[in-house]
Amino acid sequence: MALDRWIALIILGVSLIYGYTAWFTMDASLPPFMQRNPIWPSTFPKVLSVMATLAALVILLGFEKAPGRVKKPDMDYRRLGEYKVGQAIALLCLMVAYALLLRPAGFLISTFGFLIIGATLLGERRFHILIPVVALATGLIWYLVQEVLGIFLRPWPFFMG
Amino acid sequence: MLEGILIGLTTALSLTNILMVIGGCLIGTFIGMLPGLGPMSIIAIMIPVAISIGDPSTALILLAGVYYGAIFGGSTSSILLNAPGVAGTVATSFDGYPMARAGKAGKALTIAAIASFAGGTIGAILLMIFAPMLSNVALLFHSAEYFALMVVGLSAIAAFAGTGQVGKAILMTVLGLMMATVGEGALYNLPRFTFGLLDLQSGFSFITLAMAMFALPEALFLVMNPARSDPAGASGKITDLRITRAEARAIAPVIGRQSLQGFFIGVLPGAGATIASFLGYAVERNIAPKHEQAEFGHGSVKGLAAPEAANNAACTGSFVPLLTLGIPGSGTTAILLGALIALNVSPGPRLMIDSPEIFWAVIISMYIGNLVLLILNLPLIPYIAKILAIPRTFLIPFILFFTLMGAYIGQNNATELLILVGMGVAATVLRFADYPLAPLLIGFILGRMLEDNFARSMQLYDGISFVIERPMTMGLLVIALLLMVLPSLRARIAKARARGIADGD
Repeated sequence: MALDRWIALIILGVSLIYGYTAWFTMDASLPPFMQRNPIWPSTFPKVLSVMATLAALVILLGFEKAPGRVKKPDMDYRRLGEYKVGQAIALLCLMVAYALLLRPAGFLISTFGFLIIGATLLGERRFHILIPVVALATGLIWYLVQEVLGIFLRPWPFFMG
Repeated sequence: MLEGILIGLTTALSLTNILMVIGGCLIGTFIGMLPGLGPMSIIAIMIPVAISIGDPSTALILLAGVYYGAIFGGSTSSILLNAPGVAGTVATSFDGYPMARAGKAGKALTIAAIASFAGGTIGAILLMIFAPMLSNVALLFHSAEYFALMVVGLSAIAAFAGTGQVGKAILMTVLGLMMATVGEGALYNLPRFTFGLLDLQSGFSFITLAMAMFALPEALFLVMNPARSDPAGASGKITDLRITRAEARAIAPVIGRQSLQGFFIGVLPGAGATIASFLGYAVERNIAPKHEQAEFGHGSVKGLAAPEAANNAACTGSFVPLLTLGIPGSGTTAILLGALIALNVSPGPRLMIDSPEIFWAVIISMYIGNLVLLILNLPLIPYIAKILAIPRTFLIPFILFFTLMGAYIGQNNATELLILVGMGVAATVLRFADYPLAPLLIGFILGRMLEDNFARSMQLYDGISFVIERPMTMGLLVIALLLMVLPSLRARIAKARARGIADGD
């Protein structure tokens, strides 16, 4: 089964859960006076769940044939082995780490670390250029966000204020 | 109209706003030139900045400047690198890249700049004429018609965006609508589908979703496939920006025709710059004399001017439904709509009455933006093109960092960053499976409005009867149905016909 049909299967599951919530559990908490209304909070989701289920089934069961001329995809998952998936996953992990560290470690340290580690993961080894560039950019962005845009970003770790 | 132009001039010609246009165009050109980053990603990244400006006209002027700049930058990378950053400039590379290979890169850039300028300016004039007319008609619309109109818009987007895969596009649209129902809706303020999580109480953030759908997958693709950002052709010196008189005479009618055609294609929801540029290229090739037809694809000046004029005119055209109906016709205008809503402006027919300064300032800033691109960027192009030489090891961490920052600034919440990464991974998988992502975002943005208008008509008519009692609603819904069914029907007929005819070999 091709990837797009696997995805359709997952979306089908999501829309069935969504539909179950809309059709069977959502109305239970509706106050009686609202039940006299022609439209309930669940009305629109009910319609959507049916449409999503139908659309997912159309793709899953292959009713819609792929167009005759197959255009060469821009990125082909069948050639995933040739791509640098490891680097991509490492960068994603780095982003998660950044998300978790941004508050406790402060903006300056976590951003500096993120950019340096990110560039190193991608194969950058000219640290004498990288470190000054990143340090300058980090400081500049912090200044822009904090002072110009007026959005608070804690610069240093929590124990330093 | 004259009064409106004057209001627009006074707003757009303030020092801040002029600086915003210039800054926006420059930023747009800079980032738009990087392969893989299209206007949607750039505008998504710029939205937190625009929102924190606070003044809606200034913010919209900045974003519009970024939009034009990005399209212009996209054509630059198409011509110099054969690496279009945007689907709308793919057709530009057909003739632009061969010209650059033949050592005429400067000339190609000049033609692209002039064609873009003419397309954008003619588009802005047409916008000035048509938008007020359309918004007068739109004032007659009730919530029932609005509901139907949005359904038409969504199905048109699904029908055009799918390119033969309408099912996938419809599924993505519905998925976007479903995501819009998460959180406290307008109806009764009842939290829906939040799984009891406080972070989902106000629904998904539109900026996070826009970043996750466009900027993050592109960045990940750049990581996975280094060839996408290979600046092999960037080293060539760009000289001789001048074009000859004969060439100017050849491209003038092409630009005129394609600006008009591009504008009207841009007005249609879902069609947009990509279709306009491809169609413009095809039309010009078909009507060109035989000896010139052979030149197309090998560095024809006409083949370069046509898509450039068309895609810029179409970008301007796509502002018509956004400003008059409040319905975005493309992914980019959908992001702009989201930004406007965040700034407490609701675009629609009342925009011209309630805040004419926004409406007209945007139109005037289109002229200024086009001028800025022509005057400022053309001489600077050889220098700006140096950005293509930035190594990817520096570029990619910064792109990733800006997507993170954009999501964080919008919400000031670290959980948002985790949602961003999660949805970004999902979006990348969807891109791999060739699912179109723009319909999802448009569905998400229109979802709330669609449901509100639906609910209002249901309450006014005490049930679904408004569909039958209002002929215009009925008509619009029939059009929506046709839009969804026709493409697959046509494909079936074509297949049936193909089966009947033997392949002549």
